[in-house]
This record gives sequence, C-alpha cells and structure tokens, in this order.
Amino acid sequence: MTTPKPWHARAEDLALPVLALAGALLCFGLFVWLAGKSPVQAWALLFKGAFGDAFSWQNSLQRASPLMLTALAVALPGRAGLTVIGGEGALVLGALACAALPLGFTPPANAWGSALLLAASAATGAAWVALAGALRQWRGVNETISSLLLGYIAIALFKHTVEGPLRDPASLNKPSTPPLAEGLRIGAIAPDSLLGDVHWGLAIGLLACLLAGVWLSFTANGFAMRVVGGNARAARLVGLDANRLVVLACAVGGACAGLAGGIEVAAVHTAANASLIAGLGYTGILVSFVARHNPWAIPPVALLFGGFGAAGSLLQRRMDLPDASVLVLQGFAFVLILAAEALRGRLFTLGWAVHIRRAVLPRQIKGNVQ
Amino acid sequence: MSADTWINLIIAVLGGAVRVGTPFLFVSLGECLTEKSGRINLGLEGVLVFSAMAGFGGAYLSGQAWLGVAAAGVCGALLALLHGLLCSLPRVSDIATGIALMLLGSGLAFYFGKPLIQPQAPQIPSLMLGGWSASPQVQQALAINALFPVGVALAALMAWGLANTRWGLVLRMAGDSSDAARALGYSVNGVRIAATTAGGFIAGLGGASLSLYYPGSWNEGLSSGQGLIAVALVIFARWSPWRCLGAALLFGGAGAVGPALQSVGVSGGYYLFNAMPYVLTLAILVATCSPRRAIAGAPMELGVSR
Repeated sequence: MTTPKPWHARAEDLALPVLALAGALLCFGLFVWLAGKSPVQAWALLFKGAFGDAFSWQNSLQRASPLMLTALAVALPGRAGLTVIGGEGALVLGALACAALPLGFTPPANAWGSALLLAASAATGAAWVALAGALRQWRGVNETISSLLLGYIAIALFKHTVEGPLRDPASLNKPSTPPLAEGLRIGAIAPDSLLGDVHWGLAIGLLACLLAGVWLSFTANGFAMRVVGGNARAARLVGLDANRLVVLACAVGGACAGLAGGIEVAAVHTAANASLIAGLGYTGILVSFVARHNPWAIPPVALLFGGFGAAGSLLQRRMDLPDASVLVLQGFAFVLILAAEALRGRLFTLGWAVHIRRAVLPRQIKGNVQ
Repeated sequence: MSADTWINLIIAVLGGAVRVGTPFLFVSLGECLTEKSGRINLGLEGVLVFSAMAGFGGAYLSGQAWLGVAAAGVCGALLALLHGLLCSLPRVSDIATGIALMLLGSGLAFYFGKPLIQPQAPQIPSLMLGGWSASPQVQQALAINALFPVGVALAALMAWGLANTRWGLVLRMAGDSSDAARALGYSVNGVRIAATTAGGFIAGLGGASLSLYYPGSWNEGLSSGQGLIAVALVIFARWSPWRCLGAALLFGGAGAVGPALQSVGVSGGYYLFNAMPYVLTLAILVATCSPRRAIAGAPMELGVSR
C-alpha cells in the first residue's frame, strides 16, 4: 500500500466508470462469443451504429435527450439521499398530460402553446415523484419500492386513459390519443444541417442538466440539499428543513422526467400511445448511476447509452442477435459500475496497481506524478 | 348482476387467489429469508423473470415439467448469488444492486427467451381438489397448482427452522446484530450470501409457477412487478413466513379480480383492475410504516425499515 495522493480521487472519478464500462463491453463480447458470434463484429457494430456516421449520430442524440431528463429524475433525489426510480411513471404521465391538455381547451398553436403543454407535463411528473418523496419523509415508506409501484400504477392509468376515455376513434391498430395540432409540435433545431431531425428536446435536456448542476454546486439551496443527502443527522443539527428539501429534489427530478414525456409526445410521437413505454425511465436510472448522480456528467453518459440503444437495431439486423442484447449490455454495465465502487479510494494504492505502475510507467512520468 | 354471477365471481376470485398467489408466495418466502439475514434483494423481480424463462426453457427442452422447475430454481439461485457477492463488497448498496439485477435479469431473460415465445412446454400438473362438486366453476377454482402445497410446506419449514434450529438462529443473528454474529465467529457476509442464494432458489420456483402453470407460457410481459410486490409483501407480513402465506393469498385474490370480472363479462377498466395489487401494496405500506419507529419484527440490520 502507498499513501493516497490528492489527485487520486479526481482520477478515480473518471477511471472507475471508464473501467466499468470497458468491463461491461468485454463481458458483452464474451456473451456474444458464447452465442457463437464474433465479439469483434459486435463491438464494431456497436460503435458504428452509435457514432459511425451523421445518421447514427442523429439517432444517438435523439435517444440521448429523454435519457438526460430521466437520469436527472434519479440524480437529483439521489443527491438528497434517496434512491427514487419513478422516472418511467413520471414520463408516461407527463406524456399523457401533454397529449390530454389540448382536448380540454385550445391552446395557441405556437411556441407558447408548446411551452404550456410542456409545463403541464413537468407539473404532472413533479407531483408524481414528489409523492414518493413525501411518503418517505412523512410516513417512512421506502422510496425505492413506492416509486416503482407508482410507476406501475402510472402505466396502468396511462393505458386505461389512452385505450379508453381519450382514445382517438381514428387510431385503429394502435390506440392513441388524438394527435397534437401542427403548431404545437416541437420541430428540429436545424433541419437542413448535419443535425438533421434532432429536435429541440436535446437543447432542453442539455439546459436542464446544466441548470441542475449549477443549482447543486453554486446555490445555498443546492448545498443544503447535498448536506441532507450526505448526512441527514448533521443537516437536522444545523436546522435544515430536510423534509422540504427532499420533496423539492424529488419534485424537480420528477418534473424533468415529466418534461421528457411531454417532449417525446410533442416532438416524436405527436400523440400519446404505447410506444412511449419504452423503458426510457429505466435506462435513465443506469445513466444516473454511471454519472454518479452528477448532473454535468449526465449528458456524455446519456449520449453513450443513447448510442448503444441506436446500435441495437443494427446488431439485430446484421448479426441476428435478439433485440434484448442492448438490455444485457446495460445490465452488465449496471452491475460493474456498482462493483467498481468497491475500488474507490484504493484504485491507485492497492499493491497490484503499484506494481503495474512501477513496471509500466517510464521514470520521468513517475517523477511528475510524485 | 344476478346472484349467480356474484357467486361465480367470488368463486373465480377465490380460485384465482391460489392461482395468482403462488408466485407471490414463493417470492415473498425467498425475500423473507434474505431479509432475515439483514439484506434486501429488490432484484427478485429480475430473478422471477429470468427463472420463469429458464423454467420454461428447461421444461421445453427436456420435456419434463419438474426438470423445468429445478432449472428455474437453480437459475434463480445463481442470479441471487451474484447479488449476494456484489453486496459483500465494500461500499456497495443492496438497494442499488437490486435495481441493477432487475435490469440484468430481465435483459438476460428476454435475450435467451426470444426463441421460447412460440412453443408450448409441458405444464406443472394440477391437483384436482374439486371432484366432489358438480359445478364446473368450483372444479376449476379448486384445480390447484401442484407447487402451491410445496410453498405451504416451505412456509411451515421456514417458520419452524427460523425459530428452532441452529441455522435459523445464526441467520436471524446476522440480520439483527452483525456484531454479535461476528463475535461468535460467524462470517456475516457468508451467512448473508447463503441466505440470498437460498432465497433466490425459492423465488425461482415462483418463476416456474408463472411460466409453467399460470399463465403458463413465456412472454416478455410475463411478470410486471410481481417480484417487487412480493418484496413489499414481506414488510406487510412483518417477516413471518406464515403471514407471507396469508399476504400472498390476499394479493393473489386482488390480482384475480381483473380477470374474474372479465370472465363474467365486465370489461371496462381492465387496466385499472389489474393495477389493484400495486395500489393495495402502496396503501398497505403507507398504513404500516411509520417514520418514527422501525416496524415490529423487522430485522435490525435491514436498510428498508430505517
């Protein structure tokens, strides 16, 4: 063992997730190899499908934008000390709110109308996840279980509404709500450029991650929230209102997931239907854990997993792998990212690491390091 | 509705309580065993899906329903073993690992289960307890999954074993005070890994009951949260195997209301009735939990009750 150095913690923040993801890709390769396929081809297709050309970049960016928002729904409560995984439920209800609001009254068919719809989505999502936080703080109900149960209830409500009272009689094969008016939809950022179909949801997602990071890092309120998450007893001793802060974190997180649902309706599906229940909330959990609940780390991680999602259909087409292979890759990544935490604080001080460093690193680099 | 419809409805719900409740029973017994040792395994949802697939695959390939059941148990145990090992690492939370296992379990199940969606596999036999009655409804309601008596026996065995055997005592000690267990020279992690693995085996039998009895086929929507509900059931049952049995039947009944209403011709609100178990679970959690004290009977080391 050597003594830890100040740069170790920073380097580990980057090295551990990278190692874990590399390990997940390795496991996935092994898995594919056991199925009698070429792992090298699988890795190449994963990269090609995710980031190989302009079209796959567009696809990856499209998929990354809702993931950023659903990841925030896990990250913000996570920083306040709660493991809330209700992003899926908040997303579908947010989508439902967005699709249902124009049925009640006619919003102006312009950007203001879209903003109004998205606000409704965010408010619905916020209420749904805040409920899990409130049950935790005031009734002591485990928030992980309650948020997942609320997710199943939300999906049931969604299906009931979409296939029942709000069903558009014109949607025959696939029950849907009536489509949004043309003017209410969210369009592409720059349709004639390289960005292609990438819609404004990407900008909203990036902005949300940026603002969430600023909130946590640079405001007194965000700092108080992190204190509550780090040590609830210390927070109580200095007189912080933990209940309010925790519910606030859940509400803001839920608002992000609800927003994701609204954007999916307004920019992609144009109506609420079963295509929205695509596990975006669940992938968001993984994104948040890989980013260690750090809002600023979420966009690149979301892009990576959005890219894997985009590459899934390529794996299916070219290598005849089941469409669940991306789920398997995600599962490996999740398991390894948690296991990697065990190495935190020890990655550079374990005996083997020192040996490798002595053997591999040339002398002058070692000089710089020490 | 006429009186006859009502009676048919009630019989259908009671029969459904056993039919739908059997997976709940196994998963909640498995979770009860795991939690008694001081860890919570939220990943039993993943274990349930994966073992349902494995059970169906085993039965389909071997042509023997009971070999499928064994395969389901073994696969459930393997996945749970992964949970046990991961949680033994420093700074790894059992809740987060459970979420990861949910994702991994369903991912693996969907991957391997792709070719199993179409075919038929031999089913677990029914015990016909309704032969005395002339009514076909009663006969149908009393055709009981052969795994159900196994589950009841298991509940009895667990209740007796936890209270009266050395193994049971060590397990409960690891769950109530890891310091005491360590002081007596037991490996706390070892006990917990063993309990989690055994719990996974039991939950795997529940998976077999899903794919080999009711609904009796493999598809990707086979389990939607039953494993998770069962985890919450254990809190409701206050960590007693016998009360797990009661809770599983209650929830089986709640889950059977939707299909039973459909069978007598009420089809509106299908999804809402199917969401009943979730609502009921949530309501029960809200009613039984309290922020000020741990729930009576909770293992002291358990994170979920804090």
